[in-house]
Amino acid sequence: MSWRRLMAVARKELIQIWRDSRSLGIVLVMPLAMMLLFGYGVNLDMKHIPICVFDREGSQKSQDLLKRFQSSDYFEVVRAVDNYPALVKAIDSGQVRMGVVVPHDFSERLRTGETATVQAIVDATDDNTANLAIGYTQAVVSDFSQQVQLDWLRQQGRPEPKPPISVNARTWFNEDLESKAFIVPGVLALVMSVIGAFLTSLTIAREWERGSMEQLISTPVTPLEIMLGKLAPYFVIGLLNTAVCAVIAIWWFEVPFRGSVAALFVSSALFMVVVMALGFFISVIGRSQLAASQIALTATFLPAFLLSGFLFSIEQMPAVIRALTHLIPARYFVTILKDVFLKGSSLSMLEGELLALTLFAVALTLLATRSFKKKL
Amino acid sequence: MNGSSVSVRDLVKKFGDFTAVDHINLETSRGEVFGFLGPNGAGKSTTIRILCGLLRPTSGTALVAGFDVAREPEAVRQRIGYMSQKFSLYNDLRVIENLRFFAGLYNVPRELLEKRIQWALEMADLTGHERQMTGTLPGGWKQRLALGCAVLHQPPIVFLDEPTSGVDPISRRQFWELIHHMAGEGVTVFVTTHYMEEAEYCNRLALIERGRIVALGTPGELKQRSMKGELLLVECAPLGQGVELAQKAPGVLDAAVFGNALHLVVEKAATAIPVLREYLSQRGVTVSRIEAIAPTLEDVFVSLTAGHKELA
Repeated sequence: MSWRRLMAVARKELIQIWRDSRSLGIVLVMPLAMMLLFGYGVNLDMKHIPICVFDREGSQKSQDLLKRFQSSDYFEVVRAVDNYPALVKAIDSGQVRMGVVVPHDFSERLRTGETATVQAIVDATDDNTANLAIGYTQAVVSDFSQQVQLDWLRQQGRPEPKPPISVNARTWFNEDLESKAFIVPGVLALVMSVIGAFLTSLTIAREWERGSMEQLISTPVTPLEIMLGKLAPYFVIGLLNTAVCAVIAIWWFEVPFRGSVAALFVSSALFMVVVMALGFFISVIGRSQLAASQIALTATFLPAFLLSGFLFSIEQMPAVIRALTHLIPARYFVTILKDVFLKGSSLSMLEGELLALTLFAVALTLLATRSFKKKL
Repeated sequence: MNGSSVSVRDLVKKFGDFTAVDHINLETSRGEVFGFLGPNGAGKSTTIRILCGLLRPTSGTALVAGFDVAREPEAVRQRIGYMSQKFSLYNDLRVIENLRFFAGLYNVPRELLEKRIQWALEMADLTGHERQMTGTLPGGWKQRLALGCAVLHQPPIVFLDEPTSGVDPISRRQFWELIHHMAGEGVTVFVTTHYMEEAEYCNRLALIERGRIVALGTPGELKQRSMKGELLLVECAPLGQGVELAQKAPGVLDAAVFGNALHLVVEKAATAIPVLREYLSQRGVTVSRIEAIAPTLEDVFVSLTAGHKELA
């Protein structure tokens, strides 16, 4: 292998990335755009669900209950109505997700010790939100009814009963229960998939398409020199983007970073090799830029998005899909990213994932070098 | 066997059922401009690609600079320069960047690098245009740059696949002067073309049709040897009627329209001229001129391929 030839290819490739506005845009703008998009745009936390209230009694007690909804972080009372049709209209129009109706005999029933029923009408188009809204409603209402019971007992001069069981919940790793902290580290895997596989998938295909490959392979340059020379710039760019994204995650989105910088970069470098080898292989077999880029996105970006545990929890997937995720390199990298950021895992604690990525890297690199022949 | 020759024995290349190259044999020697002449699709590019190690031959052997192209393609690539039919430098690189890139690929020694690049720029007449973007160069200039890039490492053998197609006539002349300049320095130049007039610039020629070499020799030899009989130029009116009659006329072996005149092949020009003049004018065709001419390569080619059509 000749260092000189390898560097000649790398330098040429770098100049071409610099002169191609699309590549340059992807390299410079895409990582920032993705970080902002996922950092701000995707929020799996269910807070401030818009609701509408219909107080049919208008008493002190009914207002006390509704105030509890208002003061909860989970709800936002955006409307108060005085008839059913208005409530139905508010739900139909999508203005609110839930309507809470307090009956006309609410305080009367509480006073006489009967069970008062509060009606919650939920827009279940999005079943996840609906379930959460019902759960939060039950929590708010049972809290209130406990308070009512205590008040009643106190009035009767009886001792306060101790609750038989209580939960002492402590949240680890993502103490504030923010989905941002869970999502943002995974964006690095998406960014690297695009740079590593999508951009590199274009490089060999472009040479075939423009006819320059014929000239290139008539020279003494070896396939390995072409491959390494072409990939080197993307490798460096990919790692620089990793650094930029990590900085944005830590300082802008305030995602905790508890692991070591070394662990982040070793695993990123390994993942970069995996996606680049895949991109290169696709480029060799695709031969046209359009075909290669489509295959590359389907083979790397989509699985990284859907099957890596980036947004959607792998544990909740059907068994077949769950088994399938083991074939997705991004799955291991996303696990590593989340662990390095949130748990502070060291390299030795991530052995399994690192081993899996190494196997992918070796297998795909072999595949890429084997597939590329200096023949027309 | 010397280091600057090409030696081809029974070379065959098949793509499925289609035989693109059909048992080709040829030899070139040092400093020779060897032309490969034939219509599009005759197998010229396929042959040249095999010789550069880009395609594997189906059977037969080809030695380039003493190395077998199928077994030692890398050794061959060190010793050749190749210019493909389609322009294949990088349009988004500057002139100087393309030259540096190929100099790097050919491992031109660093101490010689600037000298070789200056030499290539001068040869390609591109001095002063180093910073120009390659995509903005006119066609003829691009071809000269491509040649410059292909010979940076001073290869003993250069393969040029239709280097002048789509280039204006002045640039074509200039390009051929470059080729002869290189040959003068001892470089063997293997060049394909489908322009008949360019074939005259070659030291030796192979006429190729449907994968076969139908004639091989110097342009002069080809013109003498390959024609059965002698050639007559006939200017007459109407032309269409003239050619139909001429084909049936006694003593005429072949008749074809060439531009605004007829070319007739006859056994002996001196005896055929009075007979033909008489024959045509009796049948209402006015003959304004009739004389013996030296055949061009185009005549040779038409006469050779016409023979093959009869066989087929």
